[in-house]
Amino acid sequence: MSDLTHLTISQARAKLRAKEITAAEITEAYLQAIERANPALNAYVVVTDDKARYMAKASDAKLAKGEGGSLEGIPLGIKDLFGTEGVHTQACSHVLDGFKPHYESTVTANLWADGAVMLGKLNMDEFAMGSSNETSYYGPVVNPWRRSRLDTVVMPTTHQGDGGFVSAGGTRTARTLDNAQLVPGGSSGGSASAVSAFLCAGATATDTGGSIRQPAAFTGTVGIKPTYGRCSRWGIVAFASSLDQAGPIARDVRDAAILLKSMASVDPKDTTSVDRPVPDYEAAIGKPIKGMKIGIPREYRVDGMPEEIEALWQKGIAWLKDAGAEIVDISLPHTKYALPAYYIVAPAEASSNLARYDGVRYGLRVPGKDIVDMYEKTRAAGFGREVKRRIMIGTYVLSAGYYDAYYLQAQKVRNLIKRDFENAFAAGVDVILTPATPSAAFGIADEDMAADPVKMYLNDIFTVTVNMAGLPGIAVPAGLDAKGLPLGLQLIGRPFDEETLFQTAHVIEQAAGTFQPEKWW
Amino acid sequence: MSVDVKTVKRVARLARIAVSEEDAERMTSELNAILGFVEQLNEVDVSGVEPMTSVTPMEMKKRLDVVTDGSKAADIVANAPATEENFFLVPKVVE
Repeated sequence: MSDLTHLTISQARAKLRAKEITAAEITEAYLQAIERANPALNAYVVVTDDKARYMAKASDAKLAKGEGGSLEGIPLGIKDLFGTEGVHTQACSHVLDGFKPHYESTVTANLWADGAVMLGKLNMDEFAMGSSNETSYYGPVVNPWRRSRLDTVVMPTTHQGDGGFVSAGGTRTARTLDNAQLVPGGSSGGSASAVSAFLCAGATATDTGGSIRQPAAFTGTVGIKPTYGRCSRWGIVAFASSLDQAGPIARDVRDAAILLKSMASVDPKDTTSVDRPVPDYEAAIGKPIKGMKIGIPREYRVDGMPEEIEALWQKGIAWLKDAGAEIVDISLPHTKYALPAYYIVAPAEASSNLARYDGVRYGLRVPGKDIVDMYEKTRAAGFGREVKRRIMIGTYVLSAGYYDAYYLQAQKVRNLIKRDFENAFAAGVDVILTPATPSAAFGIADEDMAADPVKMYLNDIFTVTVNMAGLPGIAVPAGLDAKGLPLGLQLIGRPFDEETLFQTAHVIEQAAGTFQPEKWW
Repeated sequence: MSVDVKTVKRVARLARIAVSEEDAERMTSELNAILGFVEQLNEVDVSGVEPMTSVTPMEMKKRLDVVTDGSKAADIVANAPATEENFFLVPKVVE
């Protein structure tokens, strides 16, 4: 049974349609895998087993009749940020204690309409604020990947009686797993961990500054943040409305394309949902990239970046060159200002969006001597440290006398960042290649990061520019570092040109292969 | 620019978050670290640059002015901590 969890979505889809397996079997296999692994990984905050079995049964009925949607019978995990009717939806915050919406987000409704099966809700940083999944009210998620050490093992000379073979000794190398627990990245840490550890066939995620791409890179999975406006934001708990986008995390590029096709739609309930048809992303996979122009931005070579990341980037360049692409050096001069501008814009929007958590309409309420006291006590008890920090920054930069100096300045810089990309694309660049993160996954409770919030923020240095400009970006695994941890590359495309991203990412995947953690849980 | 404990307490009041003396002091140094980091934006020449108001250039979609939703009072109050007859209950606000 457990083999079923190792099928990709495209493989499972074929077997389900051919009636070689049933949706009930594959769902049961995932539920068992979750039961065994979740105490160690903490990827799921809620497992909806009854709902999953019910949905799988309905899928089997459709499949038996030769009917069913593009994801019929495929078991998925859903980030806790997506509103799911009658099911725990708390953005992994205490302030939304007990919240079960009476509506379904557009993205998840699209997935269910296409036949997908819901396994449960996935852990995440509280309100999607974090890069390590340590700010969750439900505790940190553990990365299924661990560091390992290459040892040279001397093989003893052995004589075996009955079998009659003799090993002549010699040496071989073996990897020994380290016990230290690593973060899966964030904020979509539960999604990345669950996909990487075979606890769902694919997962929904969201990305405001890198929350899909950084965890994908940390877990050897594929994650795409589509163009702003491609997936409806309706029914997703809002963090920073001008930056938030939903997207999938999957085990390979094709699965990510299949999931995005279903998640994306034109939605009258989101005024920023863009009115253009959703293309068949899968059809772009396998198309040659000969003659394509790949931009390499010099500003992404940052101080203190490990040599391994630089080497990985060069490998990526070589792979694309070998596939016939033309490599061009480009400049995106305002890159270094993207992260500071983000830490004004995102908290400002968050402080406004999170004003609704007041202890009146939903979630937690802590009684007070009057209404203001009730608000203040509820929010003090309901929000974690990182969320409070960002609400405070946002409130400060929007307060009287500081608005022009901070918020207006940041929104101007944001236009300059966007213009940098527009210039590169206008000069004929089709896609931009960068590292996905400045390092591999780090340890849970890393002391440096805990002591300085800005250190944690630097995780998003390569991904945040893409959100600021509203562009699509994909993280694709490209290799392992010396300690055996996955590293990813990022491809950035023109607005609504996700197809080129899938096409190019597939070329990298073909060259680099796919990566699975060694099972210890 | 940097903030002092007094400013942090004022901002916390604006944000409706109760803070203890200890919280306020810790937040002051955290906020100053972040404000120090974002200060580099001042070196960017933004003369003649408009602030971004829309991520993708698009016209605001308008729908027909008709009722498309509603009559769901029970759904709307279903998650509230305190309700009575489809009203949200709050501590007394008018003397």
